[in-house]
Amino acid sequence: MPDPTPRPKARWHIAVFLAPAVAVYTAVMIFPLFNTLRLAFYSREGQGRVFAGLDNFRTLFLDPIWSEQFWNALGNNFWFFFIHMAVQNPIGIALAALLSSPRLRFAALYRSAIFVPTILSFVIVGFAWKLILSPIWGIAPEMLDAVGLKFLFQPWLGQEGSALTTLALVSVWQFVGIPMMLIYAALLTIPEEILEAGECDGITGWAAFWKIKLPLILPSIGIISILTFVGNFNAFDLIYAAQGALAGPDFATDILGTFLYRTFFGFQLQLGNPHMGAAIASAMFLIILAGVSLYLFVIQRRLRHYQF
Amino acid sequence: MSTARRNLPVTLAAHAVLLTYTVIALFPVFVIVINSFKARRDIFREPLALPDADSFSLIGYQTVLKQGDFFLYFQNSMIVTVVSLALILLFGAMAAFALSEYRFRGNTLMGLYLALGIMIPIRIGTVAILELMVSTGLVNTLTALILVYTAQGLPLAVFILSSFMQGVSDDLKNAGRIDGLSEYMIFFRLVLPLVRPALATVAVFNMIPIWNDLWFPLILAPSEATKTLTLGSQVFIGQFVTDWNAVLSALSLAILPVMVLYVLFSRQIIRGLTSGAVK
Repeated sequence: MPDPTPRPKARWHIAVFLAPAVAVYTAVMIFPLFNTLRLAFYSREGQGRVFAGLDNFRTLFLDPIWSEQFWNALGNNFWFFFIHMAVQNPIGIALAALLSSPRLRFAALYRSAIFVPTILSFVIVGFAWKLILSPIWGIAPEMLDAVGLKFLFQPWLGQEGSALTTLALVSVWQFVGIPMMLIYAALLTIPEEILEAGECDGITGWAAFWKIKLPLILPSIGIISILTFVGNFNAFDLIYAAQGALAGPDFATDILGTFLYRTFFGFQLQLGNPHMGAAIASAMFLIILAGVSLYLFVIQRRLRHYQF
Repeated sequence: MSTARRNLPVTLAAHAVLLTYTVIALFPVFVIVINSFKARRDIFREPLALPDADSFSLIGYQTVLKQGDFFLYFQNSMIVTVVSLALILLFGAMAAFALSEYRFRGNTLMGLYLALGIMIPIRIGTVAILELMVSTGLVNTLTALILVYTAQGLPLAVFILSSFMQGVSDDLKNAGRIDGLSEYMIFFRLVLPLVRPALATVAVFNMIPIWNDLWFPLILAPSEATKTLTLGSQVFIGQFVTDWNAVLSALSLAILPVMVLYVLFSRQIIRGLTSGAVK
């Protein structure tokens, strides 16, 4: 039986359309990614490099000096992520829920204003908060004084116990606009009929939010969570801008990104070591991969996507 | 019906919460900007007061403009952002068109391959990227940054654009084919104009992270001639850390361009997000 459609002629245009994107992406992203994983198994010897097997990882996990730094950074990173999940995402969802209430005046204005910190660079955010929280300038103590809470003031960024949490909250302040926008967009897609049907059954206000809207936006919450995870585990800029590459005080704010930077690029007296850097990057890769896989294969499957 | 759903106290409470959060969001920016226009002693004496005839001073801005090459930094940031965005949009749209329009062997596989980069941050590969740029002589050039940002932006661009392009009507494209348009013409003349909202979405998603990035400028292009505004202000503030006037003015100058971009594009952000959802 002859093929009903004529055999297509050589379709070079497909290759032409794909070539630039695939070339840049492969050369600058995928190839270096795998090359970094490869470099983690080498070490420097004189001018050249030699295959070192798992030596770098052994150093990273077992050498007391390295492993202490690594676990410290990893633990800090989890705390950083925890604060984002516990503070940023609920606030973002709450703001989106308020913004999406029908006939709210000035909604566009609020939305644009609350998104402003998200567009600022980490350098601006880091320094601005450093100045505001600085005991020298005294804006924070003065404002606390105005509400009679001056005794609460501490140099939060300078204390080992509070510096990391403070920076995490600064980062929350900066990025709350992203969950807000995404949830807001998701809430807008919920058809009016569904809400009206709920209303006929007497489900309004808070109940409508918890029982109708929240289940419908769960997939968006899932996406936000994984975006937060990936963003937090390769964060660097804010810590670097506010506390420098040494992530002070005494490494209390050191996360994997700053640890990678110091190791790979060197800082002050410490010489850069690309192979140890590659080992840390590989560990970060595995952590992010684990998180993304958990999301894709476990969490996302349980979340039902509704089609309207 | 919606009027029945809302009553006055609830609306007022919603406004109170939103207003409070708006103040929290804008307050730091406000404090930085007003104090950048004040003399040193007034910065400390009355940090929350607006600058008046007595306290007004531009000394910080003078220091910044004399000591730092902010126009050059701005220009570098501008070149890197605009060229990267153009390449992301062009290459991304071309690849998305190929994936959404044609059936060919390996289509799904290619889509998955390009999607890998959505979740895996390009920073993980920094060690080898630096090595690559050193061996090709691209260290301390803006080209290095442009290549990295293009590669970083492509996966999401292809993903968003191909889902939009699937919505472009086949009849239109086939009508074009019957009229003798080549596949390239169909792409540039028919499809590209129709997905403009999606292109805008991709552009705004990429613009701000590229403009604000500190990591790659720090590692790939830290030379004086190639500093971006983000890196330039970071280094400047680090050096002038005790000169409060200069620091506040540098921060205000760094805030200015992003705010302008934001005012110009904030509609696009919202429209992009919601049009993606509503279609």
